[in-house]
Amino acid sequence: MSHRFEDAINKVFDIVERRLSGEYEVDEFGFDQELTEEVVAPALRPLYRKWFRVEMHGLENVPDKGGALIVGNHSGAIAMDAAMLQLGLLDDHPARRHLRLLGADFVFKTPILGEYARKTGATLACNPDAERLLNAGHLVGVFPEGFKGVGKPVWDRYKLQRFGRGGFVSAALKTGVPIIPVSIVGAEEIYPIIGDIKPLARLLGLPYFPVTPTFPLLGPLGAVPLPSKWHIEFGEPIETTELADHADDPMEIFNLADKVKESIQQTIHQLLEKRGGAFQP
Amino acid sequence: MTGPAVLVTGADRYLGGRLAARLTADDRVARVVTAATDDLLQPAGNGRTRISELLADAQVCTVVHLAIGASASRTGSRGELKERNVIGTMQLLAACQRSPHVRRVVVKSAAAAYGASIRDPAIFTEDTELRAVPRGEYTKDVLDAEGYVRGFSRRRPDVEVTVLRLAPLIGPKADTTMSRYFALPLVPTVLGFDPRVQFLHIDDAVDVLHHATVRPHPEPPERHDRPTVLNVAGPGALPLSQAIRRAGGITLPVPELALSGLTALGSVEFSRDQLDFLRYGRVMDVRRLVDAYGINPLPTPEAFDAVFGAVKEA
Repeated sequence: MSHRFEDAINKVFDIVERRLSGEYEVDEFGFDQELTEEVVAPALRPLYRKWFRVEMHGLENVPDKGGALIVGNHSGAIAMDAAMLQLGLLDDHPARRHLRLLGADFVFKTPILGEYARKTGATLACNPDAERLLNAGHLVGVFPEGFKGVGKPVWDRYKLQRFGRGGFVSAALKTGVPIIPVSIVGAEEIYPIIGDIKPLARLLGLPYFPVTPTFPLLGPLGAVPLPSKWHIEFGEPIETTELADHADDPMEIFNLADKVKESIQQTIHQLLEKRGGAFQP
Repeated sequence: MTGPAVLVTGADRYLGGRLAARLTADDRVARVVTAATDDLLQPAGNGRTRISELLADAQVCTVVHLAIGASASRTGSRGELKERNVIGTMQLLAACQRSPHVRRVVVKSAAAAYGASIRDPAIFTEDTELRAVPRGEYTKDVLDAEGYVRGFSRRRPDVEVTVLRLAPLIGPKADTTMSRYFALPLVPTVLGFDPRVQFLHIDDAVDVLHHATVRPHPEPPERHDRPTVLNVAGPGALPLSQAIRRAGGITLPVPELALSGLTALGSVEFSRDQLDFLRYGRVMDVRRLVDAYGINPLPTPEAFDAVFGAVKEA
């Protein structure tokens, strides 16, 4: 027991020491693997295991190596679903895969948040970056609903919003990687949004200013997420190798994006039925 | 000694001096003519410039233009620098256009040509288009100069034009914008931002410029109506905070507003280019260079250690 504890302490000291002298590596996107695995993941793990009791399904649909584009539904005021999805693939996938997320420019413009996003492997949602990551064999994650998804009110929960221009589809077609739909149930209930203070959002330069039953009413206490029960399910991969010629065909791209959206929505309904109440053990 | 006569502009600077010395020692080059940064703006009377006289007298075949600079503090005011960068390039290209001997032009441009903004992809390739109007003066200079180079290329398709976009230079003896920044006792960064930065070791810069200058012309001669653009950088990147720590410095995160009021700190300038760079960083892809020249620049982390690791131990 005490040995284990000592080892853990030594490891932390070792990491801190090397970080202070600058002896660690990041890739060209700024992804800091050590920081993600040794600092960020342990910090999020209690939320994943104890608070949200996340259950992963269909992990066999995510390949052990090579590029794939994971497309999911987005919800929950802040991008907690992205963080949980990332941790789930790292902890519970047999190949311990790192998910490289694509984020809105708002993320990278914001101090600290932008830095955090880059260090944990995210980059700007744009086709050059997505294609570069996919070509290099990375697992890339995208939430095409964007802020329309995370900022939607609680009465619209689990209703997928518009899927943008489908840029993610053309990135997958150009690089020939499969598209894997992922449905996340549980994130909608962590911060039920009942209002949006638009003037305040504009003043602070935010995409929306969420009002929940507890926030901003209870101040920092209102920032504690509700302990809803989560399910994350990966659907069957949609192969794109034979569609490479259609990468610039808007109709084909729209159809494929719609197919992905439909599949995510279907699975969400099934998961909701399976889960029952949102706050069950 | 056969081969072309080469003109090197900006030979009064460290990089220019090194390249001129290297070319002088190369048997494939008949003669090296050098021009100082200021020579580009000198009129020689009867409507000709000093540069066109140089080109004619030595029958220069290859022009290497290194006199586009970022640092205003060493060259007087910002206005003077712009004059040198933009008007100097224009005068040089005008002289080249009139010269019947010139067959090759190599221009040292900069990674700053990509700007640095929130909407840019994380890694720039030569085909990446600017997504935001650059705010900084230096970036505008670089873009203006590159614009003139493209115009020249259209007007003289018989001349082979290469534009090399260099990452910020570092070297053990080179006094560059970056080396002065990292030498500050407390190194200011923008609070909440840790951009990825990329460098080019000065030895690699000399190698690449040398190769661009002397490599054989294709037979039969090709016609080019646009310049060949190549990114030149040490592959990979360092987070700025890490670079500062490796150089033995201490980071001083400052709110952006406070930094934007600052124009200079000692010998280090804080232009708007610099500020955008300190927030978003700039990383280039160098595969095209490696494929075309067979030169592999030292990766950024190693180049940085080679230069600043030595400083730290000393």
